Amino acid sequence: MILTREVAELKRPEDVVRVRQVARALALQAGFGLVDQTKIVTAVSELGRNALIHGGGGTATLEVIEEGIRRGLRIVFRDEGPGIADVERALQDGYTTSGGLGIGLGGARRLMNEFEISSSPGKGTTVTIARWK
Amino acid sequence: MDKIPILRMGRFLLVTIQVDMHDQLALALQEDLTSRIVKDGARGVLIDISSLEIVDSFIGRMLGTIASMSRMLDAETVLVGMQPAVAITMVELGLALPGVRTALDVDKGMEMLRSRIGPDGEMTGHDPDP
Repeated sequence: MILTREVAELKRPEDVVRVRQVARALALQAGFGLVDQTKIVTAVSELGRNALIHGGGGTATLEVIEEGIRRGLRIVFRDEGPGIADVERALQDGYTTSGGLGIGLGGARRLMNEFEISSSPGKGTTVTIARWK
Repeated sequence: MDKIPILRMGRFLLVTIQVDMHDQLALALQEDLTSRIVKDGARGVLIDISSLEIVDSFIGRMLGTIASMSRMLDAETVLVGMQPAVAITMVELGLALPGVRTALDVDKGMEMLRSRIGPDGEMTGHDPDP
């Protein structure tokens, strides 16, 4: 069950800051403690930046969800950029095509409980992450 | 565009990051700081990140770059005030900040800078790179 849903655009660098703020507010609403909030917001920052830089912009859909007695936060990043040819490789720490550290994608996966990525060259990338309380 | 203020205290520069930085702002700080080190002849840089709620890979890289650039310009950098939740998250993310000195708070950071660079701005000793 979805308790709250927010959709945010990722078109400019400032939008990444905005998505971080929305993620913080929803993590707080879902009842996450400070360390979990920080992990969620950090993962959101990594993936939001990826959607902007590699995907040419996109959207982030943030949802406070409830399944039975557990509550969580799920975020879906969608872009219609060039896609990722080799997802396995992109997930490896240290692999980068932007001159960055190459830890964003793998790091975001480590910070969350659920991580799913689907990408096809020419059609864009969708990354879904979730963390449960 | 906003700017992050850089304060001068003797031979040291003090930066307190109090806003949720977008990437361009972080890059601007990197540039401003290196020009100020040269212009002011600064020997130490203290960066207070106690208000920073996250350090992601971009900000982490920026902090590491500032420390390396400062070293090239004969100045020491100390990062102070990291929140515990930020430290936990950074380690899990895979950011170890090699080469960046840290201290718990501004006082301890200043102490660290002063002990490495005497009050007259001369280096008092050499220790191997962290």
